[in-house]
Amino acid sequence: MDEVVAVRRVVKRFGAFTALAGVSMTIGQKQFFTLLGPSGCGKTTLLRCIAGFEDLSEGTILLEGRDIAGLAPNLRPVNTVFQHYALFPHMTVARNVAFGLKMQGMAPGPRLKRAGEMLELVHLSAFADRLPSQLSGGQQQRVALARALAPSPRVLLLDEPLSALDLKLRQAMRVELKQLQEETGITFVFVTHDQEEALTMSDRIAVMSAGEVRQIGSPREIYEAPVNRFVAGFIGETNLLPVRVASFAGGMARVVLPGGHQLTCPAAQTAPTGTPHVSIRPERMTVVPPGSGDLDASVERLIYLGTDLQVLARLADGTALHLRMQNSARATPPGAGSTIGIAIEEGAARLLAD
Amino acid sequence: MAGRAASGAAGTGYRGLTGPLLLPAWAMIGIFLLLPVLLMTVYSFLTREFRGGVDWTFSLAAYDRFLLSRGLFGDEPPVPEWTYITIFWRSIWQAGLATLICLIVGFPTAWFIATRPLHSRALWLFMITVPYWVNLLIRTVSLRFLLRDQGPLNDLLIGTGLLDSPLRIINTNLAVQLGLFYSYLPFMVLPIYAAVERYNFALSEAAADLYASRWTTLREIVLPVVRPGIIAGCILVFVPSLGAFLAPDLLGGAKTYMIGSLIEEQFKGSQGNWPFGAAVSVILMTLVLIVLMVYTRARGRAEVR
Repeated sequence: MDEVVAVRRVVKRFGAFTALAGVSMTIGQKQFFTLLGPSGCGKTTLLRCIAGFEDLSEGTILLEGRDIAGLAPNLRPVNTVFQHYALFPHMTVARNVAFGLKMQGMAPGPRLKRAGEMLELVHLSAFADRLPSQLSGGQQQRVALARALAPSPRVLLLDEPLSALDLKLRQAMRVELKQLQEETGITFVFVTHDQEEALTMSDRIAVMSAGEVRQIGSPREIYEAPVNRFVAGFIGETNLLPVRVASFAGGMARVVLPGGHQLTCPAAQTAPTGTPHVSIRPERMTVVPPGSGDLDASVERLIYLGTDLQVLARLADGTALHLRMQNSARATPPGAGSTIGIAIEEGAARLLAD
Repeated sequence: MAGRAASGAAGTGYRGLTGPLLLPAWAMIGIFLLLPVLLMTVYSFLTREFRGGVDWTFSLAAYDRFLLSRGLFGDEPPVPEWTYITIFWRSIWQAGLATLICLIVGFPTAWFIATRPLHSRALWLFMITVPYWVNLLIRTVSLRFLLRDQGPLNDLLIGTGLLDSPLRIINTNLAVQLGLFYSYLPFMVLPIYAAVERYNFALSEAAADLYASRWTTLREIVLPVVRPGIIAGCILVFVPSLGAFLAPDLLGGAKTYMIGSLIEEQFKGSQGNWPFGAAVSVILMTLVLIVLMVYTRARGRAEVR
């Protein structure tokens, strides 16, 4: 896998505020790469640094091995899909899409032909002569996409492009975006705060918070093997149980759960630091008779979710946890106030750093 | 009345009130726009009364005088009269140049103000409008004082050794241009400011992202998007410049005589000629209307394209 973008120890400060505190990552050829994090984590700043809208305070960004840190945005072979589209209001859809090609010096004939092809790709051929103001939000979104893809950039940057759309449209666009990326073979760098969006579309995800990268990996790695409590809590739902570590050996740890039961689980660290916690996803625990599982808890509430039942329970030491059981005829849900045993699936628990 | 109110009130909550509620607006337009224009047009077709005012007999003498020359005593065969057309041409040229200068200075100024932090914009706008608290006549006279041969400007230029003899500005086109520029600059700055303030700077980023240089971005994106503000500013400067008489009167000389002065003179004392003044005004207004209509049409076509 060839690397297209290499971000090396990038620092970006705005006055006294540090938006990026030494970020490094490499983005590979034809990847759908997602920068994921809560708002204010620096993901959009990093995207703007790659596009050239922000100067770096420190560090470098390489595009196919070439240092682009000093290049103006118009000299970088990357294109951006802006959060609010930023379509040129005085140009028709076709001229919007052809704009980048015109700036590259392509003749009117070929560039309008290419614009037509791009509009076909996003299913908007019928709207070529409309003005952006005559389109719906979803259509404007597609025009912005076609416009950014038309010059065949080395990298396409997308700044929360789906956040302004309603839920139905957003879900449809996810599939379409992924398809488009596979068809064009262009590297996508996608910024979002929506973990579901990140999981469904990405080849790789970089989870960021407070200007730092917390973890980089495939969606499965990020979800199933989070390295710290922030990642585990940010991606999906999880239970964090305080534990005591008995021993480490070969990437595994022997931990003592609240209630005294012992468990061997994969560890994200090799020596205990801070307060050790294990993370357990709610769907990877099962209800068993009291005393026969890894934990005993009292049921506080049952929540009906359609396909699932959510069980809110509390351990003897006061730690709250929740688990999910499938809503099937075979499962008999525990009653509120009853005591249940909880069995943790093999390999479901994971010892995390702070 | 009832019929008009009923048709106008369809869909509104003010059944029967639409007519009366529109009355102030119609009264304003009628009294302050339609009536004066009508009066002026009528006067231009009347006969001159020598002590000023008009004699109520129909006459085309005013238009005849504007277009044709019949010699000193009015008894020679008519030939085209160039005097007034020359004045018109000079006025259009002067007003056009003043508009261009106001645009060249006003656009960067408006851009500068619109891109300041929100709280300091009000201060900048205030500074632009402060001179307008002083009467235009006084400002123009002050400008004359500043520019004259023994005025502060020339004192400074000679005192610092930049010049040996005073720079002759007063009574030239340059002085008139300075006067018009100074009088009407805010009318250029304010509409452009309003347009630039609404401008979405993400568009400039998008253009840069799509390989446009700074100049190309200005030409292809910024100027077209803020064009309504620029057009409004140009109209607001060009139209009053065309009819201006204070700047050409006080700062210019015989060679810078403009329509405004010509019209003004026709209504002054016993030398005046009201029908001729009215006729020149009607011609001026028609000219301006034609220019605006041509522009509106061109814009309509551009928008369809």
